[in-house]
Amino acid sequence: MKRGVLIAVPYVWLLALFLIPFAVVFKISLSDIALAIPPYTPTAKDGIWNMLTQLDFENFVFLTQDDLYWKAYLSSLQIALISTILTLMVGYPMAYAMARAPEQWRPTLLMLVILPFWTSFLIRVYAWIGILSTEGFLNQFLMWTGIVGEPLTILNTNTAVYIGIVYTYLPFMILPIYSALDRLDGSLIEAAEDLGCSRLKAFWLVTIPLSKNGIIAGCFLVFIPALGEFVIPSLLGGSGTLMIGKVLFEEFFSNRDWPVASAVAVILLLILIIPIVLFQRNEQRQAEAEG
Amino acid sequence: MKKMMLSTVAIVALTGAALADEVRVYNWSDYIDEELLTKFEEETGLDLIYDVFDSNEVLETKMLAGSSGYDVVVPSGTFLQRQISAGAFQKLDVSQLPNAENLWDVVEARTAQYDPDNAYSINYMWGTTGIGVNVGKVQEILGADAPLGSLELIFNPANMEKLQACGVHFLDAPTEMIPAALKFIGEDPDSHDPEVIAKAEPILTGVAPYVQKFHSSEYINALANGDICVAFGWSGDILQARDRAAEAENGVEIAYNAPSEGALMWFDQMAIPADAPNPEGAHKFLNFIMDAQNMAQASNYVYYANGNAASKEFLVEDVIGDPAIYPDEATLENLYTTTPYPARVQRTVTRMWTKVKSGT
Repeated sequence: MKRGVLIAVPYVWLLALFLIPFAVVFKISLSDIALAIPPYTPTAKDGIWNMLTQLDFENFVFLTQDDLYWKAYLSSLQIALISTILTLMVGYPMAYAMARAPEQWRPTLLMLVILPFWTSFLIRVYAWIGILSTEGFLNQFLMWTGIVGEPLTILNTNTAVYIGIVYTYLPFMILPIYSALDRLDGSLIEAAEDLGCSRLKAFWLVTIPLSKNGIIAGCFLVFIPALGEFVIPSLLGGSGTLMIGKVLFEEFFSNRDWPVASAVAVILLLILIIPIVLFQRNEQRQAEAEG
Repeated sequence: MKKMMLSTVAIVALTGAALADEVRVYNWSDYIDEELLTKFEEETGLDLIYDVFDSNEVLETKMLAGSSGYDVVVPSGTFLQRQISAGAFQKLDVSQLPNAENLWDVVEARTAQYDPDNAYSINYMWGTTGIGVNVGKVQEILGADAPLGSLELIFNPANMEKLQACGVHFLDAPTEMIPAALKFIGEDPDSHDPEVIAKAEPILTGVAPYVQKFHSSEYINALANGDICVAFGWSGDILQARDRAAEAENGVEIAYNAPSEGALMWFDQMAIPADAPNPEGAHKFLNFIMDAQNMAQASNYVYYANGNAASKEFLVEDVIGDPAIYPDEATLENLYTTTPYPARVQRTVTRMWTKVKSGT
């Protein structure tokens, strides 16, 4: 009995927080736009049978007819991919330094990585507007040191979006890599060096492969939310930043077209399922290897 | 466990009680003198919860989703019209609005095209959409004879290319930008014909690369701080930027001009959602706002004209005497209004707008 309840918990969780909301969104994506409250037809008020017979895939066909959508998906994939690589390049050395720091420092360093979460995500992204704007702190500093003569235009460009994503998701990259490196047995590196490896080679041949699971976990934790990111591109990005989160917002708010917005969201979810499944498989393999 | 349930019940009971003496107002950002909010609470003993938005689209989405929880909302004319037909609002109860006699018939005649007989709404403020410039910077770049008051400034690529370096913001609102572009080429700004609307596209795409950002509220601060030198935006917002810059004494001089080719005249209307939790409190708020002195205080603060004839004697000279706020007869003739797009045309318009902004 107890076991049954225990097994049921994650399924109830999945049902309530994923499958039911998804079913609602999927149903709206098969509906038609209407000037009413809520702004689509048919609704459950029309009777379940009537509702089901009126649904169709028209909105999905519409998405294939306009190149805006696939361009936005591609551009989002590109931005998410590049920012994941950048986050890895910044995060790995930080995690490495933390894992190599003296034992008594580590809790403090860990705390420093987590500390930014005490401030709202929105406020931290807003702060970047103050830093990156033409009259902002960064430009004032660069002008003061004389590195640049003219203020750089960073805010409202893709560069600002990359900076925003790397900054926001950095802890998600550092923490899993750190935990992998922390568990690393130092004697393995000593052994590699004893057997004639240079320090760099030992790093490549021993440290990196052994922290692979941390790297993979970190990359997925950054890539998945970055793909559907809306807040960062809308606050820091410019008019040329094309991301699917923004397209979804436009469909929903400017066009008031909930059905098409839902169709865009369903496709986004399908795209995300691939990395999520890969991520799960990696986690499972890791658990088995350790078990 | 029992204790927890009890306290939950207590909380539910408390919020239920609180709802009756609470009024929730959803208005545009930077759009009221906040002293008025305190004054309303003191006069009526009601709790006022005041939230803000910066785009009609966001408000409309909340209205069409239903159960927004707000008692008073402030859509602009064309949006109001569409939301009325979707059944989003309730008719006003005139018996609860004694101050309605203060309203200005000239404005009411114009708002009646969106809300026949003004049955669902009262006018809060109205204004024009036009050009805000940092006079010093623009004249430095384009010379002393720069066309500060003409759409030529923002729709001629040659001018925009030069202005790009000092920064230009456009409203992120196709319903404002497309009529302006149509007016610029001499077409009917209120056209609902997709073929005519399409003519606005080359004008907008021609200058879009030089626009730093399409946004509907950031330009107030950006203009005032000197981060940008041109903004196509709402009259009072730009006049607020002018004032903020003057107060900061940062050497930035901002000016507002309604385009000489003709400017869009818009009306922000206060209305009560059909499912407002406290319609009685909502009427009290509307009545409070229609008080001549209160309305004048709001206009004196935000630099927008209002639809309240009785408030005029309380307006400061800076507001009532400024033709950018209360236009003279000649300018009034040069103003145009628009009507809502049907759903299919709306899609063409939004799609075109996305294309203008992102290049795809």
